[in-house]
Parts: sequence; C-alpha cells; structure tokens
Amino acid sequence: MTAKFIGRSVPRLEDRPLLTGRGRFAADISFPGQWHMRIARSPVAHGKIRNVDVSKAKAVPGVYAVWTFADVAELPPIGFRLTGLVELEPYRQFVLARERVRYVGEPIAAIFASDPYIAEDAADLIELDAEHLPVTLSASEDPGFFEDNRSTEATVIRKGYGDVDAAFKAANSVLSLDLSIGRHSGVPLETRGVIARYDDKSDILEMYGAAKVPHWNRDTLARMLGRKTGGVQLFEGHVGGGFGIRGELYPEDVLACYAALKFRKAVKWIEDRREHLIAANHSRQQRHQIRAAIDVEGRILGIEDTFFHDNGAYMRTHAATVPDLAAAMLPGPYRVPAYRVTGHIRLTNKTPCGTYRAPGRYESTFVRERLMDAIAAKIGVAPLEIRRRNLIARQAMPYDLKLDTLGTRIIYDSGDYAKLVETAERKFGARDEIMQRRKKGEHVGIGSALFVEKSGLGPSDLVRISLDAAGEIEVVTGSASVGQGIETVVAQICADTLGVDYARVRVIHGQTDRIEQGGGAYASRVTVMTGEAARRAAEDLRNKALTAAAALMQTTADKLQIAEGTISAKSGAGPTMTLAALAKTYPLTGEGFFEYKHMVYPYGVHIAQVRVDARTGGVTVEKFSVAYDIGRAVNPMLIEGQIAGGVAQGVGGALFEDFVYDANGEPLSVTFADYLMPTAREVPEIGILITEDAPSPLNALGLKGAGEGGVNAAGAAIAAAIDDAIGIPGAVTELPVSPKRVKALILDGTIADRD
Amino acid sequence: MTAKAPLTLHINGRDHAISVEPRRTLVDAIREDCGQTGTHIGCEHGICGACTILVDGEPVRSCLMFAQQAAGKKIRTVEGLADGDTLHPMQQAFMDHHGLQCGFCTPGFLMLAVGVLEREPDISDEDLLDVLASNLCRCTGYQGIIKAVRAAAKEMRKAPQTSK
Repeated sequence: MTAKFIGRSVPRLEDRPLLTGRGRFAADISFPGQWHMRIARSPVAHGKIRNVDVSKAKAVPGVYAVWTFADVAELPPIGFRLTGLVELEPYRQFVLARERVRYVGEPIAAIFASDPYIAEDAADLIELDAEHLPVTLSASEDPGFFEDNRSTEATVIRKGYGDVDAAFKAANSVLSLDLSIGRHSGVPLETRGVIARYDDKSDILEMYGAAKVPHWNRDTLARMLGRKTGGVQLFEGHVGGGFGIRGELYPEDVLACYAALKFRKAVKWIEDRREHLIAANHSRQQRHQIRAAIDVEGRILGIEDTFFHDNGAYMRTHAATVPDLAAAMLPGPYRVPAYRVTGHIRLTNKTPCGTYRAPGRYESTFVRERLMDAIAAKIGVAPLEIRRRNLIARQAMPYDLKLDTLGTRIIYDSGDYAKLVETAERKFGARDEIMQRRKKGEHVGIGSALFVEKSGLGPSDLVRISLDAAGEIEVVTGSASVGQGIETVVAQICADTLGVDYARVRVIHGQTDRIEQGGGAYASRVTVMTGEAARRAAEDLRNKALTAAAALMQTTADKLQIAEGTISAKSGAGPTMTLAALAKTYPLTGEGFFEYKHMVYPYGVHIAQVRVDARTGGVTVEKFSVAYDIGRAVNPMLIEGQIAGGVAQGVGGALFEDFVYDANGEPLSVTFADYLMPTAREVPEIGILITEDAPSPLNALGLKGAGEGGVNAAGAAIAAAIDDAIGIPGAVTELPVSPKRVKALILDGTIADRD
Repeated sequence: MTAKAPLTLHINGRDHAISVEPRRTLVDAIREDCGQTGTHIGCEHGICGACTILVDGEPVRSCLMFAQQAAGKKIRTVEGLADGDTLHPMQQAFMDHHGLQCGFCTPGFLMLAVGVLEREPDISDEDLLDVLASNLCRCTGYQGIIKAVRAAAKEMRKAPQTSK
C-alpha cells in the first residue's frame, strides 16, 4: 500500500454542504402535517406527585394531546448501554415522571400540538401539585433516600491490586489530598432533536436526528416499543457536536417515537437551550480523597483513593461508566505497585449524568496530577522530575495495569512516555519569559500534566464497500459522525488501500437500514475500529478486483497493481484497465470485519501558562500546549482540530463552566449567560505536537484515537499553572477555579515573594 | 397568541411573501416560513450567535429580532454567500484552515465575519478577535476559525466584495 493520503492533511469531504447552508441537522428535517412535541418539566427538585393538571393545556386551540405518566405506563424505564450493573437498575429513569419528581427539569408531561409556539404556550399551563421532599445535593454528604427504603447510594465500586496496606507501612511519607471536580458537560451548539415518523407502507418506525450509537438505539427502541428490530430504523443527518452526551437514548427520544406510533403522525421535538442545560446529561462531578505512600525519593509505593461520584437524579444509559473509568484509569502513566480505589456512586436531586469527552479521565487525571505536584513539593524537586521518576518505562510495554473497565482488561499497548515528556518540555516548557515577568511583579505560572488516554473500544465494526461502473466508491459503516471528520478519514484509508483518489470515496454512516450492525461514535473508537474494518473491506475489494483483472489480462494477481483507479502490471508492460471498466462486468464489492477486545492507549502531555490578576482573582490562560502520541496520524489537520477543541472544553471546565444549584435544588446555570463557555478570547493560541513514536501493535496501521487527548489533562495543567503563578503549591483543590476562589486562595496564603 | 399578518422578507435577493404572528422570530420565519434552514438556532437568547445573519449589511442575531421588524430590509444568509459552485473567500478559507468540525456554528461565524470585514476591511487582528469572541463554537477551540478569518480578510481586501 502506498501512503498517498494517509498522513496528509487533505481537505475534509464533509465541508461543502456545511459551508453553504445545505446541512441537514435535526431541526432542518420536517414532514408534512407533523405534530410538534413540547415537554413540560418539573419545577420541583424532589417531590411526591399528587397531581399533574393538564386540563388548561388541553384546552389550548391547536393542542392535539397531552400525556402524563399514565399514558406511557406500558413503557419500561430506559436501560443501560455500558457498565450496566444490576444493582443500578432500580434507579433507571422512566420517560415521564412516575410517582416522584427528582430534579428540576424532569419530564412530567408531553404536549402535542400543531405548532411549536402553541405547544410551548400549553406547556406553561401545566400544573404540578407535589409534596415537597428534602433535597440531596451533595454526593459526599450522608446519603438520602431515592424512594422508601432505597438509599441514594446506588452502589460502591471497588478496584485494586497489590498490597496497599504494606505499601503504606513501608512508606517514607504519606500524602493526603481532598480534591473536587465541578459539574459541567459537553453542551454541543446544536441542541437535541428528534423527528419520528411511522411509515404505514413498510410498517417501519423511522427516527431522524439520531446520533452517536444509532444501532444500539434502534435495538433498544424496538425492545421498549415491542417491535421487531427491523421495524425501527434510525437515520443520522448532520450532527451539531457530540462530546459524549448527544445520541444517548433520552426520554424525549422514546416519547417522540411512541407518539409517532400511537398517533400515526410525524412528531418533531427540538430542544431549547434552557431545556438542554437542565435535561441533557451533565457530567464530571466527583470528590476524591486520595492518599499516596512514597519513598524518600518520591517514588510511589501505593495509592488509595476514595471518591464520591454525583450522578444526579437517575442512572441513565451510561450507568456506572464514568466512575468506573475514573477508578480504572487513575494510575495513568506511572508505576503504582499497589492500588485500591473505592467509588461511591450516589444520586442527588440534580440533572442525571452521563459521559463527557474523556469521561472519568478529566477527573482522575486532575486528581493524580495534583498528587504528583504535591509529591514534587514534598520532596522538593521539579514537577516533571518527580513524574520522570515514576513513569512506566518503554521496555515495560505492553503494560498490564491489572484493572478492568468497559469489559476490557487495561493493557497499555505501546508507549514511550519519558521521550514524550522530554520532547514536550523542550518544545513548550521554557520558563525564561516567566521569570522575567515575575521580576516585574506579574503573577504568571506554568503547569504540566501527563495522561494516558484510551481509544478504539470494540468489540467490533463492520464495513462494506462497493465500486460502481463510474468508478465511484461507496463505503457503508454502522459508525457515526459527530462532526469529527469520519468521512474524510475513512475515505483516506480506503483510498490508499485500494489505489484511488480519496475524493471518489463516499462514506455512508449512521443509517441503520444500510448495514445490520455498527458500534457508533464514542470512546475515540471510529478511526481505530471503523478505520481498520474499512481497510480490510478495501483490501477485500482490491483482491477481488485483481483476481478478476488477472483472468482478463492473462496474468496472475500478484503481478498487478492499482494506482489512481487503474490496474496495470507491476512491470509496467502490457495492457491496463480501470476499476470502473472492470466494475461494468464484474461486481466489485468488499467486506471488512474487525473484532478486538482490547483498547489502544495514546498518551500525552499538557502544558499551560497562566496569568493571575491578584486584584480580581481572574485567570488568563496565555498559552496552552499539547504533545500527543497518536501512533499513526491519518489526517494531522483533523487531529489538531480534535486536540484544540478538547483544550477549549478543558479550559472551560477548569475555569468557567459550572452547573450551579441553590439550596433548594433550583438550577442556576440555565442560559449561556450563566453557563459560561470559552470564546475566542478565553482560548489562547494552542501549540500542538503530534508524535508517532508508539504505533499500536493491535491494528495494521498502528492507529490510536484522537478525540479525547485535548481535554484530558487540561484541568490538571491549569491548576498546576495557577499554583505556580500565585506561588502556593497545592493551592488549587477544586475545579472550576473561579476568580472568587483564586481571590480567596490569595487572601488565605501569601503570594510568594518574587524578589 | 395573535393573528397572523402578511409580510415580505427579502432574503438573498429574493422576495418571500409569508404570513406570521407578530411574535414570530426572524430566524423561525427564515427557517420555517421561507425554507432557508442554513441559519441555525443555538440558544434563542442572543448569546451563541449561531443565527447571525446580515440585515442591511449589519450582523444581527436573528433570534432576537421579530420577523415583522425585518420587513423591507435586505437580509443575507449563508445560502447567499457562494456564487454558484464558487465558494465565497470566507467559505473557502474555512475549508482550507479547518475552521469547522460539526458545522453547526459555521453559518453564524461566516456571516459575522463577512459582515464585519465588508464594513471594516482593514480591521486589526486584535479587533477581529473581539468580533469573533461574540459567537460560540464548541468543536474547534477557535484556532481554525481565527486562521480562516484572517486569511479570508486578506483575500477580501484583494478583491473587495460589494454588498448584494
């Protein structure tokens, strides 16, 4: 295979329709005579429902129907997609509130009307009569009651290996930290949306606006609605950002589909921004109490971590995924001879949670890297030096972490962590400018954080490929696009494998009626899993084409090659034939299936430089740099895009984004004026270095994923940089670091004397 | 709720005769009544800027304007930027510099940047950054957007566009 497209920053195939206003996002899809659904939501954080009065809403002209729980009582609660522990099942969410409401924003009624304005008018007239119950708002305080005799502590997860007690006994010293990560989430720019339609002719329920995991959602919807799998089909259009939260199966999706079946009408639901901020998955909120046993040189002997995971009011599709990942990936790139973690999964009267880009890792990287900084301060060596002393060596690869997550054993497949740290420090770690500015009285600082990412979650992906008589290639995958560029990347891989131009490869994804299975787009899996399956499919097609051509050209397949869509003899002599011409007489199709039970593990270093305004406590991120080993870069421009976007979200979580609640459980971050996402002013110029030192041995191209490496350690690096800027080691113990908190830190401690 | 009233919206050089309630937002009228779905809705309260269009040459949050207020005004949306198959320099620059991922915020950024550069072609890089900070993007970290707009600004200075 000649790498003509792999490794090159070719323009995206996706861009043209998106640039010309011809996208097809959920809200852009309409059917004649469609009904509009609006959800009435609980204004009460915790209460026993006495009555939901829908009479006034029903009387509004243009309102066709109003549903409460009684109308959907036959529907089961929404099940788990990942990490679905049995003991979590009683905490699943019904599509409309049953008996109790448990967070502000919980759906209590669905209104169906001729027009979205009318539906919204009617929703305002729905009255909830509820007996108010005490609210639980903190996962680290004593658990309350989910229902009679059922605690808000849904379960406790435990992982570990080695003799932790012995490690602490042998320790030269022990460090203890109490660290918290705030509640924030993906918040894509496109809100959620679903258009459901029942087609009488084919007896198929169609759902548009699908994303992320269309096949899983199809199977689940079919089960919930009592239909054959083939009787439900999902269609992904353009998707306005995913980040983990979009595309999970939510109550509104099920309600719209159920209504389309019941009313035999197309039903359209488009979420508004306030709804999104209180109803779509939140994420991240954890408190960790971590202890480390270290030797005299700061080498880790053992780690013990107890953490409290705030999952909000219900267990949604991700079940225990986020805390499980946090627990399993906390050790990161370091040798930790003994490890014990206890994660309390608790429910609170806040919006339910799911995954958000680098789930569990943004959290546990913050915790681990704060710990490394604390060890460095304790021993009195530079932060990167203490990390070097603890890194897993290249020679130890593959490295069995002796922990499981997502049904897989964590075995780091490849990596040269020390080399990347050295490269990153040399390229991005200069402190001269900082020292100069400090002399002038500025509070500037630099902080670094290391991480291991995971990517390429299986178990499998299937790809089919065909080439038509015009030479156009169609690739069909059950994977999905969330805007990351899957069409381009898969086309690049197929083009090189086949010997054609990538622009002739059309990639179809997210259409459940085109292929019977698909893993979807999550866990940075698409380039790895779909990429390898696509390579195999293209190889299959190539072999078939060469065999067929060999017969026609009176030679053998091994003597032929394909370049620029033309088959010729490797020797350069004799006749040639285009793939398109061959396709006229010979069906050119291929299939590729890639099954793999282990993930692949990219890794990286984040370096942040910040300036703190000592008067206001305001933090400005002046520079942010990422060194990231991707194994093999298919399209460097797209990888840089993934990293830069992740960094911006990481900056948001570190400094600005916070779902705040008042003492009654009333959400206060309900608009973009309260929930602050970074703009072009808050995100600095991002330095990115992509390396290919450690190709994965687990797939043919050496691929690893890019989606989450930009966000993973951003909170940790910024926290370290703030410590450095104000000269108080270990000052930052909580994200996000608001100006108020920085101001308090400065008042509590004393800013180090810079002279 | 009040009765619908007739209205003509002038979008990208074409008249759309529609009838809408006084409370109907301009963006809803453009999308639902005129069928131009290239303009997107991200927050409906004027923060994210996904719905930015040009009204008489000025960037406007079309979620904060009523359709009736746009009567008689010249509206430009993303659908009007390209000249047939030839992309506007701003669109081309977004493609060249990876200024978009999911593409949802893109029409708003394109119209914002085009509007400002047509009005102020020699805007400084710093001022341009202030302008771009008025819209939200959740995918790109703004790196590609900033590069694209700066590159397009150079192109547009070479061949000044006249307002349609």
